[in-house]
Amino acid sequence: MDKIFLVIKREYLTRVSKKSFWIASIVAPMLLTAIYAVPIWLATRDKEVKHIAIWDGSGLFTQQGLAHKEIAFQLLKGDVNQIKKDFSKRGFDAFAAIPANILSNPEGLKIYSEKNLSLSLKNNIERTVQDKVREILLRKAGISTLKYQETQVDISSDTITLSKQGDETTSSSGGAMILAAILGFLLYLTLLLYGSQVMNGVIEEKSNRIIEVIISSIKPYQLMLGKILGVGMVGLTQFLLWIVLTIGLSTATSKLYQAPARMASMTQASQSDELKKNIAKAESSAQPMEELNKVIESTNIPLILGSFFFYFLFGYLLYSSLFAAIGSAVESAAEAQQFTFPVMIPIILAFILAQFTMQDPDSNIAFWASIIPFTSPINMMVRLPYGVPAWEIGLSMILLVGGFLACSWLSARIYRVGILMYGKKLTWKEISKWVFYKG
Amino acid sequence: MILSIQDVVKSYSNHVALDHVSLDIPKGKIFGLLGPNGAGKTSLIRIITQITAPDEGQILFDGEKLSPKHVEQIGYLPEERGLYKKMKVGEQLIYLAQLKGLPHSEAISRLKQWFIRLDIKEWWDKQVDDLSKGMQQKTQFISTVVHEPKLLILDEPFSGFDPINANMLKDEILALKAKGTSILFSTHRMESVEELCDSIALINHSQVVLTGEKNEVRNRFKSHQYEVLFEGDLKQDLQGVDLVSLEMQGNQAWKKAIFKLQESVSPNQLLGQLIPQVSIHKFQELIPSFNEIFIQVVKSSNNQ
Repeated sequence: MDKIFLVIKREYLTRVSKKSFWIASIVAPMLLTAIYAVPIWLATRDKEVKHIAIWDGSGLFTQQGLAHKEIAFQLLKGDVNQIKKDFSKRGFDAFAAIPANILSNPEGLKIYSEKNLSLSLKNNIERTVQDKVREILLRKAGISTLKYQETQVDISSDTITLSKQGDETTSSSGGAMILAAILGFLLYLTLLLYGSQVMNGVIEEKSNRIIEVIISSIKPYQLMLGKILGVGMVGLTQFLLWIVLTIGLSTATSKLYQAPARMASMTQASQSDELKKNIAKAESSAQPMEELNKVIESTNIPLILGSFFFYFLFGYLLYSSLFAAIGSAVESAAEAQQFTFPVMIPIILAFILAQFTMQDPDSNIAFWASIIPFTSPINMMVRLPYGVPAWEIGLSMILLVGGFLACSWLSARIYRVGILMYGKKLTWKEISKWVFYKG
Repeated sequence: MILSIQDVVKSYSNHVALDHVSLDIPKGKIFGLLGPNGAGKTSLIRIITQITAPDEGQILFDGEKLSPKHVEQIGYLPEERGLYKKMKVGEQLIYLAQLKGLPHSEAISRLKQWFIRLDIKEWWDKQVDDLSKGMQQKTQFISTVVHEPKLLILDEPFSGFDPINANMLKDEILALKAKGTSILFSTHRMESVEELCDSIALINHSQVVLTGEKNEVRNRFKSHQYEVLFEGDLKQDLQGVDLVSLEMQGNQAWKKAIFKLQESVSPNQLLGQLIPQVSIHKFQELIPSFNEIFIQVVKSSNNQ
């Protein structure tokens, strides 16, 4: 037993002391943080003020009515063609010409610029003109702006799951789906990643020929088990680092952004129009956070986390023992490729099935996919946030442990023969014979 | 006896690797395990090191039935050497020593002694990858002996060593023997058998075809032939003696003759007949080399 511990320690330390481990541990949370931090940053950073010249043929616009926080509009009088010629010389980034009949011809607005206009600038100019035109059209129709705004209500729903006892829990199916997808994908990735790490470790020992020295000291199954557990602990360490670093980084970045954003909204508060807009914006950006909170409130986090570690552990043990068996049979990573395919198929299949499970977590496909050991780790994780009866979770877990025991027995039988086999033409038939070898 | 191998049978799916092999390997001696490729030497070694188990028969280690606890009393240097390439030399040796049951601190202090003794202190923090092949061989030899095993199994230990390191290795082996270590030495190189081994066993086609103490085996293969270097004319009427060959020695007047004595004739009687005829410069019994014995035994057992 203490010798298995020695193997675990070596496998763990040699991997954790590698640079690549730390790079992967740090880069992944940074990427994750960047995925949501970059858009926020882009949205909050101080934009360069664009100068836009406006020629108004309709006479509906005034200089005051054109106040905008990102764009400096300037109403110009004179000849359209003359302005068209020299607006850039006069320091304008673009020139918008509003036709006399803008009210009846909404497509009549023309924007001239030397360089291509950015999409957001084009939208902003259009919006400014559009708001004014709408306002006038509404007034003409006898509707006050305030009344109109009152009609623009947003409909959103709360989804509520009823348990058999009649308890109500507010759930968020959109959020649950995201959580399920993340967990399922994470499992899929780690099964492949750490499974192949185990395989490569076994191939390394065999091609190095150190294997014979090691197994004259410990039993082959001890070495195999030690390697699998050692690499598995590396995986858990990486998870932990990912979780801690992602949470740490994202709280740090959101703190960093919240402060200037609040300051900015306070300085602009003087303009009451702007204030209203900012509040509306803040509300709409708060919605995903609210959604996320709902998910966290409505899902049983200890159950999800506990199950995640269970399914990671046993799913990993099951597949990595198969990967170890393949590694023992072959002599090089290149040779391993054709033999890893049959082990990859169930993992990939489980991932494909997970798409169906996500769409309809109570279907027959979802049920069987989350019960059968080879596909259950990914599919049960996908189903869990939607709520799964306890007996199904129990059955799935028992079958997974059973599947792991069967696979590791089979793998150990192949492994002990395979690691000493050199120069043999490998076939599946040959490998299956090894299972029945004596001693 | 350090090892008593009793009637061991091992068969694989399509061939028998060991066919009722029995051998006694004495304590504190160097025992040569000889045989052509594929004879079954590696199969036997793997059973002794408990990498595989025999189908039939049993093995006693120092009088006890061989069991996993004996792993720590055996050191094994396989023919195909190997170390973890991406590990530091010191760390790797500590790991291997711990697998053989040495506590961490004990492993370090013993390894340091070896590193001082072989004058390789500066290797401790080097990665195995950066060592030359000869250096790796030395490193692996240390890993084989650091736990001071009662039985040392060396499979072709000299392959890959240059003459200087081979000599060093030979001295280390003899020093271990002097300390009482029993050594099982598997090789093809007959000159190292002559030099080092006390006893031998020859395996061919999964069976032991020859075993015994080195000089006793050699005596068994003596053919009562004598080589004589002389000057003068040899008359052909010697009693109880057959002349096997006679040749001139270069430009000199010396001649070399090989005589085969009949059972009843002693070397002294041959000398007695030769002295009146010629002047003798050298008289020597022809003792077969292990190379000759090996070829002769393997060929004759192949013919059977």
